[in-house]
Amino acid sequence: MEKFKTLTSTCVPMPFQDVDTDQIIPARFLKATTREGFGDNLFCDWRFDENGEPKSDFVLNDPTYQGQVLVAGRNFGCGSSREHAAWAISDYGFRVVVSSFFADIFKNNALNNGLLPVQVSEEFLQQLFDAIGKDPETEVTVNLEEEEISIPSAGVSESFEINAYKKYCLQNGYDDIDFLISKKDEIESFEKERTI
Amino acid sequence: MKQKTLFDKIWDSHVVHDIENGPQALYIDRHFIHEVTSPQAFAGLRSRGIGVFRPEQTVATADHNVPTINQHLPIKDALSRHQVETLTKNCEEFGIELYGLGHPYQGIVHVIGPELGITRPGMTIVCGDSHTSTHGAFGNIAFGIGTSEVEQVLATQCILQKKPKSMKIEVNGPLKNGVLSKDIVLYIISKLTTSGCTGHFVEFCGSTIESLSMEARMTICNMSIEMGARGGMIAPDETTFAYIKGREFAPEGEEWERQLAYWQTLKTDEGAEFDTSYAFDAEDIEPMITYGTNPGMGVGVTRPVPAVNGKEDAMLTKSLAYMGLEGGKNLLGHKIDYVFIGSCTNSRIEDLRMVADLVRGKKKADHVHALIIPGSRQVEAQAREEGLDKILGEAGFELRQPGCSACLGMNEDKVPKGKYCVSTSNRNFEGRQGPGARTMLASPLTAAAAALTGEITDVRTMLN
Repeated sequence: MEKFKTLTSTCVPMPFQDVDTDQIIPARFLKATTREGFGDNLFCDWRFDENGEPKSDFVLNDPTYQGQVLVAGRNFGCGSSREHAAWAISDYGFRVVVSSFFADIFKNNALNNGLLPVQVSEEFLQQLFDAIGKDPETEVTVNLEEEEISIPSAGVSESFEINAYKKYCLQNGYDDIDFLISKKDEIESFEKERTI
Repeated sequence: MKQKTLFDKIWDSHVVHDIENGPQALYIDRHFIHEVTSPQAFAGLRSRGIGVFRPEQTVATADHNVPTINQHLPIKDALSRHQVETLTKNCEEFGIELYGLGHPYQGIVHVIGPELGITRPGMTIVCGDSHTSTHGAFGNIAFGIGTSEVEQVLATQCILQKKPKSMKIEVNGPLKNGVLSKDIVLYIISKLTTSGCTGHFVEFCGSTIESLSMEARMTICNMSIEMGARGGMIAPDETTFAYIKGREFAPEGEEWERQLAYWQTLKTDEGAEFDTSYAFDAEDIEPMITYGTNPGMGVGVTRPVPAVNGKEDAMLTKSLAYMGLEGGKNLLGHKIDYVFIGSCTNSRIEDLRMVADLVRGKKKADHVHALIIPGSRQVEAQAREEGLDKILGEAGFELRQPGCSACLGMNEDKVPKGKYCVSTSNRNFEGRQGPGARTMLASPLTAAAAALTGEITDVRTMLN
């Protein structure tokens, strides 16, 4: 897993609520047996028409908006547990998703793939949308060590929460499996000691 | 001693390791896998050079990406065929039991676990599928996970999770005629929204819930994820025990008695506190139908779709535009094109029996395509044994072979662009049943009624 420290980037705004994982990556693209290449079909049905031509009114097709930070409305990633959604967002080139609320499974999947979900207040999210609306070159800085997201040009910042364990994993590129394998003895004792 | 919820009791008894300020390592009793969300997990094991830690605690089936006709023939779509073959290869290599295509136990993963007696009270159960919450109907902790987590479970039989908050949803009173458990859950989601239970694990209780069959309870727990919940559960009772007894992998003899004694302790202590509680009256619930593009956008079938009130309703405007519907109008009489009866939500024998009862001696509307996809080979076999296939066939419904099918449109069972489908599945997201498809979620009775009349219908007008 790629390490995450600090990122400063322009943003891609997607001010919709309840973006579900079927929109992020439709089921018909889940037939692959590897983790790579899902970015090509990220938001496929919003991004391309039925002939595969880019829809000019969709933000990913608008060259005005670029960057490694996706900014989305509340309840991002609801629906299916498909980790392919996190893979698609990462594979497309995003490192951070900012929203005021994330669905549980998506949040876990993102963290397990070095994609940082940054949960902010509704006020901050609105400020960010407004700032990007006024100036598409607006940058945000996401500092994982300080657990802080800021919009330097607007002079505003906000802290975000991440549990200490996940933070450590992201900063060092470790994953849960390494950790769990190191606890094999405890797992085996648990199995021996349980009665039902 | 502090009173505990049912959820606390099961969760706490499965914690192997506590990380300070972090998640807990939770021991997993049963792990289900399928072809779509497992291949990358097996690839991960290979690249780490490790095997499956407890292969006998994982069960596999092929369901998401399988055809629902001619399952005895090679799968036509090359990518789908490769994915299903990859599952077979992985199960052989890592020593995992597979109920693949052609096996008498094959079916939708959340249908076969319970019907084989693999799903039992008090367990922790996971699967790389959000509707794993279904199994919670048996009084266990069951939830959907991502592929990295599938790999964790394969490698260590544990998963790192932060303990969710607890929520109680109580439903009391007798259900009105024609109202099914699907209507209860669609009603609750319409009140709480699709994110209303995020971060929580829900216990459903109350006299209405207790009166339900296991099939009906599964439908409710199945859709707890659509409220944003991590999962849903119902305390096990005599209905639960009677369902499990005698099933293929259910405990027997002394072991049955020993487990039963434990299962009977599995209830929330009197006075135990939940982080959040809601209560609903069954008498307020009528047959439900969704009008929008998430499962929270549902109304009683006789009520109008909400009207758009200005700019703040941007999401409603977007949804209604996708659905080709107008705010403020009633859906009764709205013409529909497809009916899909199936999915892990409503494809069990009880669902098929109810549909057969309603359509017996009648004919579907000429313009409607009516598909019935049984949840498993066993459901299909039983339906045929009971003669339901004949009743359904004479009414113009096509009974196919088991799989997830048009619930998510991964195989060729799709709803064409712009067409309306009344579906007993769980999600009405844009494009879920095929690009541009317009899904209206409903109970099996409401779906069958729509197939007969060719339009959105209040099934109560067709019942005695």
